[in-house]
Amino acid sequence: MALLDIKELAVAFRTRRGTVEAVRGVSLEVARGETLAIVGESGSGKSVTSYALMRILDAGGTIRAGEITYGGMDLRRAAERDMADIRGREISMIFQNPRAALNPIRKVGRQIEDVLLRHGRATRQDARAKAIQAMEAVRIRDAASRYHAYPFELSGGMCQRVVIALALACDPKLLIADEPTTGLDVTTQKAVMDLVSELIRERGLSAILITHDLGLAAAYSDRVAVMRDGELVEQGPAAAIFADPQHPYSRKLVAATPREGVGIRELLPPEARTPAPPVQIGGRALLEVRRLTKTFEGEGAPVHAVKDVSFSIRESESVGLVGESGCGKSTTSAMIMRLLDPTAGEILFDGDDLAKTPSRRFARDPRRASLQLVFQDATDSLNPRFTARASIADPLARLGGLDRAARRRRVEELADLVGLPQPLLERFPHQLSGGQKARVGIARAIALEPKLLILDEPTAALDVSIQAVVLNLLADLKARLGMSYLFVSHDLQVVRLLCDRIVVMRGGEIVEQGPAERIMTAPESDYTRSLLDAVPKPPSGGAPTVPPPARAIAR
Amino acid sequence: MAGRLKTILSRVAQAAPVVVGVVIVTFVLTRALPGDPAVYFAGAAADEASIAEIRTALGLDKSLPEQFVLYVGDLLRGDLGESISTGQPVVTELARRLPASLELTLTALLLSCGVAIPLGVLAATRPGSWADHLCRVLVTAGVSLPTFFTGLALIYVFYYLLGLAPTPIGRLDFIYLEPPRVTGFFLVDAALAGDWETWWGAARQIVLPAVTLALFTLAPICRITRAAMLQALSADFVRTARAAGLTRPTVIYRYAFHNAMLPVITTLGMVFSFTLGANVLVEKVFAWPGIGSYAVDALVVSDYAAVQGFVLAMALLFVALNLAIDIAYTLIDPRIGFEN
Repeated sequence: MALLDIKELAVAFRTRRGTVEAVRGVSLEVARGETLAIVGESGSGKSVTSYALMRILDAGGTIRAGEITYGGMDLRRAAERDMADIRGREISMIFQNPRAALNPIRKVGRQIEDVLLRHGRATRQDARAKAIQAMEAVRIRDAASRYHAYPFELSGGMCQRVVIALALACDPKLLIADEPTTGLDVTTQKAVMDLVSELIRERGLSAILITHDLGLAAAYSDRVAVMRDGELVEQGPAAAIFADPQHPYSRKLVAATPREGVGIRELLPPEARTPAPPVQIGGRALLEVRRLTKTFEGEGAPVHAVKDVSFSIRESESVGLVGESGCGKSTTSAMIMRLLDPTAGEILFDGDDLAKTPSRRFARDPRRASLQLVFQDATDSLNPRFTARASIADPLARLGGLDRAARRRRVEELADLVGLPQPLLERFPHQLSGGQKARVGIARAIALEPKLLILDEPTAALDVSIQAVVLNLLADLKARLGMSYLFVSHDLQVVRLLCDRIVVMRGGEIVEQGPAERIMTAPESDYTRSLLDAVPKPPSGGAPTVPPPARAIAR
Repeated sequence: MAGRLKTILSRVAQAAPVVVGVVIVTFVLTRALPGDPAVYFAGAAADEASIAEIRTALGLDKSLPEQFVLYVGDLLRGDLGESISTGQPVVTELARRLPASLELTLTALLLSCGVAIPLGVLAATRPGSWADHLCRVLVTAGVSLPTFFTGLALIYVFYYLLGLAPTPIGRLDFIYLEPPRVTGFFLVDAALAGDWETWWGAARQIVLPAVTLALFTLAPICRITRAAMLQALSADFVRTARAAGLTRPTVIYRYAFHNAMLPVITTLGMVFSFTLGANVLVEKVFAWPGIGSYAVDALVVSDYAAVQGFVLAMALLFVALNLAIDIAYTLIDPRIGFEN
């Protein structure tokens, strides 16, 4: 008999705009020792399903129908007191964004103790020793001194280990991992996932892995269930879902996942694949960065954020700047954008050294218009009190020198260009979807016809299917408008799709740079290789539906 | 811990220039006030000569920088000058009146925290319940009723109609003797002396003005507690705590409430400062011999020394208060002291 059996589960939330049915008739089973992955995009109800079975739904959420049975026990009707005993002792959870998942003003060791004491696994006398044991069990080195650390003193990966220690402290039978690696670097992601799967195997746990990343699901689970809009679309063995997805939505999801040997157009559904316009890369360097250095003087030792970085971008060329958090890629792009002053070095743009103009004055510089930025978080980078139209018109009003009517026409032109339906121009950011907000951000950035567009992880916050559309939009815009891109990202597979050349950074220095194909297939540095290896690989033979057409994008 | 100690010491050091600035501003401000104290002091029948004489006696004929040097010199010796209207040294009067105001304000704040914080927590943990509605009513009433009105209403009901409260004529009825002075707080001093009869007398006197002020300060504290608790309860770490099976009281107090304390303490500091300044009306209504009414009387008659002394005392009090809040913050929140 299955350890966990969910039958026809329905969950609804009361909101101001009426009742929202978040989960509709989902049936799932998890056998003993089995790892089930629930895959879906945001709003698919995958997290809500797990919160419902733990009975920790947010206020306003109720289980409307269905049965949840865990080891013969009816979880839906269990008393709250019994549920509290089950949580943490029988079923545990780990969460995304591990630093926020821990109490910021309580020592991490004490937080583990709280759980041990609650479930009677330790007494006041031996709680500390047992908490340290639990930390050692998740391979935290020097656990005795880390016991006294606060979450802000630990790295993201270390915080996630603490969360895992907390979840496994009382030897539960079922572990639910809710997007456990979102917000972590690829190499950290691999370390955390390897640890989790090792612990699952070691202790013979059953597990539910909730993720939006098909590659991750395939690499670390036995079975995959695909959800969309609160419904279960398809479930089956991990390899089968990838190799031979049955439902059109699973097919679309598999196709949209960036992976080895797949071109940018192939991410789209077949009917949306248009031939890519050709791109002619100019011979002249548009941007040349020479020996760029940034040192932050703090109270302690100076921090060398960027050390002696040199690279160039030619006209109509896309260059990817890749590295993990703290590698200096954002500092580099902020210096090129002239938001930060470099400590040393030159930024030659069209032959002019931009570094000579202090960043304070660059906002009024005539050359400012030809450099634009698309931000990582499409929501936070839009003024919540500006309509889409006002957001796009903002740079035009400041730097464009157009009159009202011309501005209006230009905004509408831009909306058409980025595929934003014109009626949506009057909406505010909170009334737009993630993909629509990304389009507004792009339209705003290209409003002044920049020569260089800096893309700072523009798709990191988007669902894979939206990411596929936005990446293709960026490729098309580049071909039509002849812009150059500097694409800053941590994800090599995404960068490869859009970029001609790739620069890999680590610890403020360039590790290697070269043509995208070469970096992806024959990296020279071990670090690049470890980055490539860390990305979870979907099972091979994953070319879905139609055979892949010839590489659609001209390089 | 070393980081925290450093933060605390640097906060103390930062307070020093503020004190210097306060001394300068108080001096300049009082000189800039309209009205000539010499004329007022000399009386209606004075002639030019006697006014000039008084001016010399008060040191007002000297240039401003000279006056300032003299002022600072006196200050260092702990001499704030003499009040022109009462003839008493300002230091003595402040030492007598400041504890009266502080006792009233602190009692009021204790009262209002005792009601507002639990009510705010209850309102946040049970949205839409009776506690939530009561919280809303109290907040609205507290903000919209002026203190002198609440004070008068309380006197009318509890003294005039019901006869439960004593005559609102200050800190202690005439039938009691002031307790031997230790802290200047009658409640504390009487308790220290073991004189429970006087303690009871002082407590009876302070109830009505303290409740008046408490009603006024209830609103911001209650509202901030509720908002901070709601935010803390929706935080990710509360979800983690719930998913780990921690009991509801643990989740609410050890996890949510400790985090919600931070904004509440900031608000408490602000409320304390404005109450100390704003309780003039309450002091007037209850004939409370506090620092507020003293300052207003002094200001009306351009009593330089008294006004200067008052402003200085208040400013120092605010500096000390902000320091105390900063330190409390540093002790509660481990993240402070590590950021540059």
